[in-house]
Amino acid sequence: MNNRILVIDDEPQIRKFLHISLGANGYDVIEAETAAQGIDSAKADPPDLIILDLGLPDLDGQDAISLLRQNLTTPIIVLSVRSGEFDKVEALDRGANDFIVKPFGIAELMARVRVVLRPKSAKENPNLIEIEKVRIDLERRIVTSDGQEVRLSKKEWELLRYMAERPDHVLTHKVLLKEIWGPAHVEDTAYLRVYVNQLRQKLEDHPSQPTLIVTEPGVGYRLKRGD
Amino acid sequence: MNDDDQDLRPSPDALLAEAQRETRGRLKIFLGAAPGVGKTYAMLEAARQSMRDGIDVVAGVIETHGRSETERLLQGVTVLPHAQIDYRGRIFSEMDLDGLLARRPKLALVDELAHTNVPGARHLKRWQDVDELLAAGIDVFTTLNVQHLESLNDVIEQITGVKVRETLPDHVLAKADEIELIDLPPHELIKRLREGKVYVAEQAGLAVHNFFTPGNLTALRELALRRAAERVDAQMVDYMRAHAIAGPWPTRERIVAYLGPGDDLDRLVRVTKRIAEFRNADWIAVTVETSTAIKAEDKEEIIQALRLASQLGGDSTTLHGENVVKEVMDYARDQNATQIVVGRAPKNRWSVWPSVTSRFVTAAQDFNVVVVAGEGDPSRPANTIKSATKSYLSDTKGHLIGLAAVIVATALSFALDHWVPDVALSMVYLVAILLVASKIGARPAIAASILSFLTYDFFFTAPRLSLSMSNPGQFLELATFLVAALLVSSMTGRLRTGMTMTRENARRTNTLYEFERKITTAISKDDVQWAAVHHVATTINGKSIILSPDQGGMRVVAGYPPEDEVDEKSQAAAEWAWKHNKPAGRGSTTLPSALWLFFPLKTAHRSVGVLGVQMAEDADIPSQPQLQLLEALADQAAIAIERAQLVADIEAAKVVTERERLRSALLSSLSHDLRTPLVSIMGSASSLLNYDAKLDEDSRRQLAQTIQDEAERLNRFVQNLLDMTRLGAGALKPRLDWADLNDIVGAAITRAQRLSRNHVIKVDLSPDIPLINVDSILLEQVFFNLLDNACKYSPAGTMVKIWAKSTPLYLSIEVSDQGPGIPPEDSEKVFDMFYRVGQGDQQVAGTGLGLAICRGIIEAHGGSIKTEPGLHGAGTCIIIHLPHSFEKLPSSSGEDNE
Repeated sequence: MNNRILVIDDEPQIRKFLHISLGANGYDVIEAETAAQGIDSAKADPPDLIILDLGLPDLDGQDAISLLRQNLTTPIIVLSVRSGEFDKVEALDRGANDFIVKPFGIAELMARVRVVLRPKSAKENPNLIEIEKVRIDLERRIVTSDGQEVRLSKKEWELLRYMAERPDHVLTHKVLLKEIWGPAHVEDTAYLRVYVNQLRQKLEDHPSQPTLIVTEPGVGYRLKRGD
Repeated sequence: MNDDDQDLRPSPDALLAEAQRETRGRLKIFLGAAPGVGKTYAMLEAARQSMRDGIDVVAGVIETHGRSETERLLQGVTVLPHAQIDYRGRIFSEMDLDGLLARRPKLALVDELAHTNVPGARHLKRWQDVDELLAAGIDVFTTLNVQHLESLNDVIEQITGVKVRETLPDHVLAKADEIELIDLPPHELIKRLREGKVYVAEQAGLAVHNFFTPGNLTALRELALRRAAERVDAQMVDYMRAHAIAGPWPTRERIVAYLGPGDDLDRLVRVTKRIAEFRNADWIAVTVETSTAIKAEDKEEIIQALRLASQLGGDSTTLHGENVVKEVMDYARDQNATQIVVGRAPKNRWSVWPSVTSRFVTAAQDFNVVVVAGEGDPSRPANTIKSATKSYLSDTKGHLIGLAAVIVATALSFALDHWVPDVALSMVYLVAILLVASKIGARPAIAASILSFLTYDFFFTAPRLSLSMSNPGQFLELATFLVAALLVSSMTGRLRTGMTMTRENARRTNTLYEFERKITTAISKDDVQWAAVHHVATTINGKSIILSPDQGGMRVVAGYPPEDEVDEKSQAAAEWAWKHNKPAGRGSTTLPSALWLFFPLKTAHRSVGVLGVQMAEDADIPSQPQLQLLEALADQAAIAIERAQLVADIEAAKVVTERERLRSALLSSLSHDLRTPLVSIMGSASSLLNYDAKLDEDSRRQLAQTIQDEAERLNRFVQNLLDMTRLGAGALKPRLDWADLNDIVGAAITRAQRLSRNHVIKVDLSPDIPLINVDSILLEQVFFNLLDNACKYSPAGTMVKIWAKSTPLYLSIEVSDQGPGIPPEDSEKVFDMFYRVGQGDQQVAGTGLGLAICRGIIEAHGGSIKTEPGLHGAGTCIIIHLPHSFEKLPSSSGEDNE
């Protein structure tokens, strides 16, 4: 069965080319013109993925994310002309899985769609994550690089595990700080920088040009599993 | 121990004082007991040491007095040439303060701190120059002889018999960062004097030789040593406070000195200062203003003494009330004072009341009262007699009137003598006395009472024409009369004085109130400033100006009578007052030769300028009460100006915020509206490139169509933006030509075909419409934009109607749709640039320029454009009125204006 994708955008031209391209790549596309339509449709018959525009005529897309997240765990990819970090962070904090700034190339969108849909389609051991030479065993709490065990402090491990459980997802500073350090520390981004830096020193070949834990400037970090 | 922790924190005041000391230059005083002990020599030696340490040293003024050893030390030290000051045609030489400030050495050498500057220099005293150097961050070495200290002035006079004229406020010494005592035993100094090694001013040779006796020198040496020791003590305390070293800190004591009329006030102030210093206490000199009139000389003396107290580092204040002792006691209690210092006022020999001094001693239960004995100054009694005579002479007129009143009363009594009993006649006298007391004053009334008593006794009591009395009853009658007359005189007189004072106070309060009222109604800064100068000028019956800082200098911003600039000296005084936040100019101690006197206009937060005043005659300087009033007015004006300034700042901030809001609205609009077509173009194009093989023919065609449509949309946006830029720059001038409205509307509809394919366009143009003189390309753009809007904002399948009719005055055109309509409150705003109903990107893409461009074009044709609800209140109707061109023939547009 094909994955079903709900596209919520008020611009008919955009819906049109998304429909054509997604269809050509083997997805079933449902279209919605307004937030109300989209939310109704998603609740009635939850799709596998929602592609959501932030600039909708009846409701701000950010609020639409919150409404959708009330009872849906369906991945959401946000499309928007709003390129500011603030909007990105807010959308991600409200529960979006990814954020793509308009205009974009179709190939980029497809890649993100694949990433978001992968956990369901892939039949791998969810407790074992292998990215190039790094192997993260969530069950046994063992991290190896090139077969050599890497020793991590407690916080380093918690951070890596949290990110490894959500590979390829953009995780905002706020979310990471809240999850690892607790709600009182959501503003202490300095902690995060220090620990991310330590993880990079231990896991990356070139810590200054990271390929595993990549920075989303002004937004957060992403554990990149790659294609 | 933990309980004491908070007490061990350094005192903030002490830390602040230390911090201020760090930005200021450091002052080192070489203190000596007498001339010739080698202060200048020691200073130069220290300076040479500094130079060896690589410090930039410049000497502002050095008095070598021709001593060769001193001169030798001066070699190699940069000495700044003196400034030549022109004062009333004579040239004086003085330390070049501005030169030093401009040269900015690390360390300046300024000899003879107590020196009085020549007239025409900026400051009266050299220590003020030094203060300015320190404020500029320059370290200063200077020299001082102990006899110049203000508080020791009378002690020195007592010891040596020489009155020192050049004095220095004690706080200068107190604030010095370092004091080096240059000590020389008296016999060595005298030896040096004999050897001619000590410079002695020729003009004062003899006096100075009397000065250099072993006794004098020992006393002076002791004073200097004690001074230096006190200094060390105070420094130690400061250090301990600043470093939170625990110690027994008694709360600082306060001493109150009462300055009453008739005391030896200067001495009283100096004694208080010494007591306070000895006990390391704060001190306050107070005087009490009562309704009882005091002699002008006494008043002047009190003011001088208050001033002296300020100079000596004390506080001073004036209390108001009738009971002097009670007022002072209350104040002292309020200030938590422990001691009251009073003078031994000369007791009035005639008075049955105890003197103020003894009342103090009696009343003070919780205070120590220190009574300072007078010095038995032989000049004082003479002075008193002289002034008393003078004061009686000035009463002569009053006494003459009193005499006249008694004569009139006597005449009247003779007239009434046959009709009324004798006793009633005394009432006639009483009325006369009452009149004199209420109109003239107490003293003439008392004199008149006694005269009346005698006259009445002489003329109207038996035996008549004799002062003797026939019976005891008569004596009682006369005695009653005298007592009544005296009581009436003194009470009415006091009432009168009280009223005068009340009136004076009321006038003062009124002036302030009036001013307050005037400046609170003024709104702009200019209005406030003008109200201030006008009020001040009328209050002092002179001139007034306000200067504000502007481009590095002070500039006159308001004046009454109007004034644009001030003389050079006044300008300098204004800048000094501004920079140092102290009064300067005429009558003050800084630049007193300026024509204007300046008060800083300062509030708790900042300074806003300076207020300049000039009394009616150039020579006149404000009296003490006037000065107080002016200071109060300056404070009020400053607050009002600050308020006006704040209001202006808030307004400016609002404008900036509004502009910022518009800018961000524009940016977000542009980014949304220009990107929306781009999203479709990029998305479609990349789909074609990436998935060509996977797409069927129809999909490929649809993607290509999307690219074309969206590229056209983008082009329209860009066109609109360009048009708007040209309109905004005033570059869009209609090129008028005769055209048919049908052609223009037709062209617009053709262009908008693709946009309007989902709508029905209906055109209804009246056949009688004449040719119109317009720029047909611009007008086509108007129709195109209106059609674009109508189709964009109304649902598919509805009708868009263009209707036009010619009226006698103008051509009326309407474009209506069946969309949601425009809310009435937005009906004008939609014509603003980038204003769109709704906000941000939650709407149909558009530049927010279409209607603004339409209005620009229509107005360039002399027409008007507005929106109204459509038929039956549904949809939107855009109404355009274009004036008819009265030119029958094609012609230039020159006469078509309006």
